[in-house]
Amino acid sequence: MSIGVAHFLVLASVLFGLGLLGVLIRRNVIIILMSIELMLNSANMVLVTFSRYLGDTTGQVFALFVMVIAACEVAVGLAIILALFRNKDTLDVDKINIMKW
Amino acid sequence: MPQELISAVEQNWIIGILLFPFLGFLFNGLGWLVLRERFPRKLSNWSACLSIAGSFLFTAAGFYLLTREEPETYYVQKVFSWLSAGEFKADFGLMFDHLSAMMCLTVTLVGLLIHIYATGYMGHDQGYARFFSYMNLFMFMMLTLVLADNLVLLFVGWEGVGLCSYLLIGFWYEDWDKARAGLKAFVVNRIGDFGFLLGIFTLFLYLHTVDFISMRSWLEVHSLEFNHMTIYGIKVATLAGLFLFLGATGKSAQIPLYVWLPDAMAGPTPVSALIHAATMVTAGVYMIGRLSFVYVHSPAALAVVAMVGAITALYAGTIGLTQKDIKRVLAYSTVSQLGYMFLAMGSLAFAAGIFHLFTHAFFKALLFLGAGSVIVGFHHKEQDITRMGGLASSMPWTHRTVFVAFLAIIGIPPLAGFWSKDEILFRSLANANRWVSDYHLNFLLWGVGLAAALVTAVYMTRWMILTFWGKSRADEEVKGHLKESPPSMLIPLGILALGSALAGFLGVPELFGINNWFEHWLEPAFAQAPAVSITLFGKEEYIEVLLMVMAITAGVLGLLIAIAVYINKPGTADRLAEQFPLLYKLSFNKYYVDEIYDWLVVRPLFWGSYYALFRLFDVLVIDGFLNGLASLNAGIGRLLRRVENGAVSTYLFIFVLGVLAVLIYLGVTRF
Repeated sequence: MSIGVAHFLVLASVLFGLGLLGVLIRRNVIIILMSIELMLNSANMVLVTFSRYLGDTTGQVFALFVMVIAACEVAVGLAIILALFRNKDTLDVDKINIMKW
Repeated sequence: MPQELISAVEQNWIIGILLFPFLGFLFNGLGWLVLRERFPRKLSNWSACLSIAGSFLFTAAGFYLLTREEPETYYVQKVFSWLSAGEFKADFGLMFDHLSAMMCLTVTLVGLLIHIYATGYMGHDQGYARFFSYMNLFMFMMLTLVLADNLVLLFVGWEGVGLCSYLLIGFWYEDWDKARAGLKAFVVNRIGDFGFLLGIFTLFLYLHTVDFISMRSWLEVHSLEFNHMTIYGIKVATLAGLFLFLGATGKSAQIPLYVWLPDAMAGPTPVSALIHAATMVTAGVYMIGRLSFVYVHSPAALAVVAMVGAITALYAGTIGLTQKDIKRVLAYSTVSQLGYMFLAMGSLAFAAGIFHLFTHAFFKALLFLGAGSVIVGFHHKEQDITRMGGLASSMPWTHRTVFVAFLAIIGIPPLAGFWSKDEILFRSLANANRWVSDYHLNFLLWGVGLAAALVTAVYMTRWMILTFWGKSRADEEVKGHLKESPPSMLIPLGILALGSALAGFLGVPELFGINNWFEHWLEPAFAQAPAVSITLFGKEEYIEVLLMVMAITAGVLGLLIAIAVYINKPGTADRLAEQFPLLYKLSFNKYYVDEIYDWLVVRPLFWGSYYALFRLFDVLVIDGFLNGLASLNAGIGRLLRRVENGAVSTYLFIFVLGVLAVLIYLGVTRF
């Protein structure tokens, strides 16, 4: 059995599912941020897979873009987390409910 | 083509009569708006007076031209097409015929004199530019009313003079009472205007035109047809006539809408003289004269006009007997004299009514200006005639001129008031209105008129005695400052005195072998009245002389009564008041009409407006609906905001649910 497109897609889906699960059930903000990264990378994987499968490099270029964006996002996200921690002395999302009416 | 249309001569100068006061209004009005008190007083005075003088000169020149034409000729000018909608057409058109020429002459001459007088009277007031801009605007509106060649334009002038009257009564608007008086005048007039509008609508509905000339020429041809037009069984002429007369009772202060005029005395005295004595209040009389061709078709409407006039003449006179305010006595006198004019109009003696309007303009303006001169003498501190007296020595010229007007109004020959009043009394007895004479109402009308003449003589003599004659009852402090008014006020008084003395000779009855110039002059302007139906036992000349003697007797008798009561036995008046407390109180409190109107109309309206409309409908229904809508939204928001609990994980969970929903939706729709 050769490894085909389907395998990659399944792997990407599993990664995405794990990321989503992490976002939903973990309490630590940093873990949530990492889970989001996981989801982004699963999307990258799909891009690269189809790029290879269709013989078109555009998908790979897009994957690079996504990585750049992800880096920026992490920078901003970590900065917010830092500020949050200084204010609240906690990183537990259940204890952070300031986005309220 | 009817005769009237041929004799209309197109002219281009008539607009000049209107233009001068209008420019004066703009000039003074802008001056007041931009510069306020820095607007030079002299400039304001001169521009206001010169604009009226220009208007007067145009009128006089036009009048001269008109005297040289054939009697049926009149001048017209179509300035521009104003309103046009289907059948309805109203131009800004002017008509300078014998009637409007006479009226314009009176208005501009008296207006000019009063403007000159006002430069003195308002000499210390800060709002002079505002005052003169209103006065000039009034003149413009009044002349529009007079010169209008159709009912709609006449109505514009009619409303315009009402507006100026309001502005000028409330000229010193810092004083709440004065502002209120202005408001009262405006509101009472609106009731009349409502009737006036209905009258215009009625006429337009049946005659299909608002143009005087077209109306008249149509009526001349279709007289019979018009007589048979009815609405709900009422003759169109009667209905229109009564509606228009309702407007006239408002503007010309007749029962039941006269109540605003005495209060209108809150305005500056030149205003009282010009607007509330000489010109604006005569607009109703003029309107009936203008529409005489409609009124002759309705003896019933004319009978109402005559009766209301006669009753008002007597009624207002009896109130005048006990009033204490120097201007208020004159105000009731004006109401009473206007009643005479309507008596004449209703008795189909249109020329006599306009003649009394003409002479009255002189002597009543003079009386008011004299009263104003007295008020200035007292430095605006005293208006109660029971606290005056003996002014003849300190204000000799005011006294002399006012004395002429006094003799004129009580009907002493040969002064102006005698001729016009006598003519009215004679014509009300020898009534050409078949409806009136059939019911022998003419004797009643004449009797009431004669009684009013007697009462007029009594209250005017009382007014003279208390103000000018006898010993002074003023405070010592005030007495020292009494002095004669400046020439700018006395010269108009002198000219008006001349007019009061001589104006009557224009209308000396033919009995004396002289041509009654005034009546002949106005003849072409009025509809042909039916011939006098009763011949007074075939001895008209004797009867006319007899009536004249009786009118003079009434005047002299009134004079003597007042002298007996107020000079020979001072204190008689108080004793009479004590003996007949009911009569005295009725008269002094103006028959409590203001109170009755207050209870019957003002309060119910106020309560209805406050409780039913404001508290119930406005607050509960309208506000309730809108506020309910707002609280409904607020309630929904209060429920929905529970979702926003601030926990990030919840938001994320809902977000994921949303994404899933979208995905499922896409999946379902695609496959």
